[in-house]
Amino acid sequence: MTLTEVVERLGLRVVTPAGSGDSKVTGGYTGDLLSDVMANSKAGNLWITMQTHQNILAVAKLKDLAGIVLVNDRQPNEETMRKADEEQVTILSTGESAFSISGRLYRLLARP
Amino acid sequence: MLRTFKADLHVHTCLSPCAEVKMSPLAIIKQAKAHGVDILGICDHNSAENVAAALQVAREHGVHVLPGMEVTSSEEVHLLAWFDAIEPVQQLQEIVYRHLPGENEEETFGMQVIANADDEVLGFNQKLLIGATTLGVREIVEEIHSLGGLAVAAHIDRESFSLLGQLGFIPGDLPLDALEISPALSHEDAMCKYSFSLPLLQSSDAHKKEEIGSCCTRFLLERVSIEEIGKALEGREGRKILRW
Repeated sequence: MTLTEVVERLGLRVVTPAGSGDSKVTGGYTGDLLSDVMANSKAGNLWITMQTHQNILAVAKLKDLAGIVLVNDRQPNEETMRKADEEQVTILSTGESAFSISGRLYRLLARP
Repeated sequence: MLRTFKADLHVHTCLSPCAEVKMSPLAIIKQAKAHGVDILGICDHNSAENVAAALQVAREHGVHVLPGMEVTSSEEVHLLAWFDAIEPVQQLQEIVYRHLPGENEEETFGMQVIANADDEVLGFNQKLLIGATTLGVREIVEEIHSLGGLAVAAHIDRESFSLLGQLGFIPGDLPLDALEISPALSHEDAMCKYSFSLPLLQSSDAHKKEEIGSCCTRFLLERVSIEEIGKALEGREGRKILRW
C-alpha cells in the first residue's frame, strides 16, 4: 500500500508533504526512544511517535522510513518543519493515541 | 598553582522523590568529606530548594558545593546545570517551575523533603519533580548558558532519560559543555565506546548515601569555579580532566 493510500484510509493530516506519497509502506514501528527506532525499525516503515525534536528527521532519513506520524495532536516546531522540507521527510499527524493508530495501521496492512 | 580536585558533580538530596530520605544536606556533605570529595554538585530533579542548606553545611565542613539542577526536557532528556552561586540556579528554578506541570504523589513517587542545614525538615515540595518540563533540550541549554552555568548531558550511556537514548544521537546544534557517563561504565570502556568531540566526565548520580563519591572525576584546577571547570573541559591554560 502506498503512503498516500495509508494517509487517506487512516485520516492522517499531512503536516509536511515533502516526501513521496508513492512510496510503499512496508509496515509500522511505534516508539519514542530514537535509539530504539534506529536499531529496530525497517525501511519503508511508517513511524508512530510523540517525539517532535528535529532528530526524528535524521532517523527517518537514515532508516529510509516511509514517514512519521505524530500522535495526540502533537505539532513539530518551525525548525523541525523547515528541516522536514529540506530533508524531504513526510510528517503526518493524528489526534489518536499511539496505541489506537498503531492498531488501525496494523489492521490496514495485515494480509487477509 | 594548579592542583587536583576530586569532584562528584551529580548528587541528589532528599528533595528528589527517588532519593533516600536520609540524603539530607548535612548527611551528604559529611559523607563527601569522609570520602575525600572536594567538589560536590547538588543536582536534584527540576528543583534546587536544598542548595542553600548544602552551601551552608559545605562552608562549615570545607567542601565546595556547586549549586546545580538536573532538568528534564520535553523530550525526557536529563540535563545537568552547574553554577557558581545560588542566584542563577534559583533563576533557572523559576523558569523550570513555570514549565513543569503536575503535582507529586508521595505514595507513588516518594517524598520531596526540603531541609535546612541542621537536618530539620522545612517542608515538602508539592510539584511533580519527577516529571518532564515543556522545555526542549536546546532551550534548556541556552537558559543555563545565559545564566552563566555549564550544561552537561547526564548519563548518556543509559537508555532511559539520556540524550542518546531519547534522541538517538547528539543534535548538531546543541552547544553542550560535556557529556556525563554513569557509574555503569569504566573509564576505559567509556573511552572505547564514545568518540565524541565533547569531553566526558563521570559522577555517581547518587540517590543513596553510600553512593556519594563512589564515582568521581578528577580535575586539575587553580581553584573551584565554573570558569576553571569550563577551562578544564576545554583543556585550556593547563586546566584539564585527569583520569576518573
